[in-house]
Amino acid sequence: MCVRVREEVVKLGLCAAALVSVAVLLVLVGYIFFNGAGAINPAFLLESPYRFEHGGIFPQVVGTFCLVAVCLLFAVPLGLATAIYLAEYAADNLVTRSVRFFVECLAGIPSVVIGLFGLVFLVYFLGFGVSLLSGGLALGFMILPWTVRASEEAIKTVPYSYREASLALGVSKWQTIRGVVLRNAAPGIITGVLLGMGKAVGETAVVLLTAGSGLESFLPRSLSDPVGSLPVYIFMLATQGHTSAASSRAFGASLVLIAMFLLSSLFALLLRNRFVRRKRRKIW
Amino acid sequence: MGEKIVERALFVSALSSIFIVFFILAFLLKEGFPALTLGWREFFFGMTWHPSHDQFGIFPIVVSTFVVGIGALALAAAVGIPAAIYLAEFSPDWLRNLVKPSVEMLVGFPSVVLGLFGLTVLVVFVRDAFGGWGECVLAGWVILAIMTLPHVVSISEDSIRAVPNGYKEASLALGATQLQTVRKVILPNARSGILASLVLGMGNAVGETMAVLMVVGNPNIPWIPLSALEPVRVLTSTIVIEISYAVWGSMHQHALFALGVVLFAVVAVLNAVTTAVIRRGKGGWGRD
Repeated sequence: MCVRVREEVVKLGLCAAALVSVAVLLVLVGYIFFNGAGAINPAFLLESPYRFEHGGIFPQVVGTFCLVAVCLLFAVPLGLATAIYLAEYAADNLVTRSVRFFVECLAGIPSVVIGLFGLVFLVYFLGFGVSLLSGGLALGFMILPWTVRASEEAIKTVPYSYREASLALGVSKWQTIRGVVLRNAAPGIITGVLLGMGKAVGETAVVLLTAGSGLESFLPRSLSDPVGSLPVYIFMLATQGHTSAASSRAFGASLVLIAMFLLSSLFALLLRNRFVRRKRRKIW
Repeated sequence: MGEKIVERALFVSALSSIFIVFFILAFLLKEGFPALTLGWREFFFGMTWHPSHDQFGIFPIVVSTFVVGIGALALAAAVGIPAAIYLAEFSPDWLRNLVKPSVEMLVGFPSVVLGLFGLTVLVVFVRDAFGGWGECVLAGWVILAIMTLPHVVSISEDSIRAVPNGYKEASLALGATQLQTVRKVILPNARSGILASLVLGMGNAVGETMAVLMVVGNPNIPWIPLSALEPVRVLTSTIVIEISYAVWGSMHQHALFALGVVLFAVVAVLNAVTTAVIRRGKGGWGRD
């Protein structure tokens, strides 16, 4: 009996730990919501910032979207092509193994190092300057491994019999991949892209070093213009604006940012849960 | 014919990751190398980092980075591993389906928002409760633990679930209780996965930038902290703060890139250890 009681107590403790991990997310989101909601109004969303205490975040929102667009335009085609090659064509040889190894390497590189690289390579060496192009490409380097991994996983879940059926009908390999494999892997690939997008939206260090100072009051007109972005705007206000007006703007911008992040993550998770239904036998 | 071209094109795209990593390494080393001309001993073991006096000793920064990273990991492990055990073994399905996705959502949570939260809530709390600056090692631990937690929970949970049901059934059939089974059968078998999650978490903690930067204080001259309430400076925060005013081409800029190389190396070693641990763990069952 005593043993049973102790078991239950320990289980409660374990349960508490699990609940703490969720509570962290809820507290975070809740706190940002309550402090940020007051700052949100049409003027805040549609005007340009002026110093730390005035104006809105319109250029920052647009800038964030532009950066993510450039990033995805770079990373998704490249990542998808890499994944198709690895999953469908690659023989198990030295080249393939090193591709895999370097994809993992890239995934492990801290974002500030990618930012440094963007600064020296894109901004100075290639002469793109502090710009939308530099920032978007640097973000693309960062999420490339995620798009590769997600796409490869998704492609691998397509059953072999689908390919065999298609090939048996006389369809060529590439047509099979395009028409059968990619079509069936699409939800998984989109999930991966959405998750990568969530990462790119919130990334600060990379964008801070390559794309702009955050308080830009203009919209980018070309790829070589500097852009403001929400994360850098929040960072500037939080660390250098020492007034309550600045702080409430930082919370307002944070609310917009996590709304963007949570929406893309939520979509991704819903899609994944529809896509993969894993079942496991329970024994107790 | 077209098929061949497609295959070629895909192959070339696949090589892009190799080129990117290669370029990153090459440019970082090229920019960072001149800092070593001051003498590698002064660089790696020098105790003073004082850019305006051309002193670039990174030792205190590296030590601070590990102090912050290890403390954060301990906190994350203390919450994350029990949580993983519960989710994998005891949790009802609905709870698991609620908890795991929300925890995984924390993985990509914008770190600058977490930093803002840390700055306005955690730092103020620490200052009121323990005194001192508020911006300190302790605040860094908590914030980084939040960022590391999802890695620990998610990977540990996967590895605990990967333990075959047959092992559990055998243990239960011998009369062991559920917790005895967890301790003696499941955890030893899931050990490598749990360990891997910790090393990976450490890599993430060391490489994390914005959230840490905003709560650890960053004194002008880095030092080795003697208490959890002192402000410190870590690798990532030093790079981001100083790169904005380092004169391009100066020794200061080279030293910051050298810091980037050190950061890269530390994280690469931790990731390599993770991979090695996972690979060894797949060796089979029956290890003690």
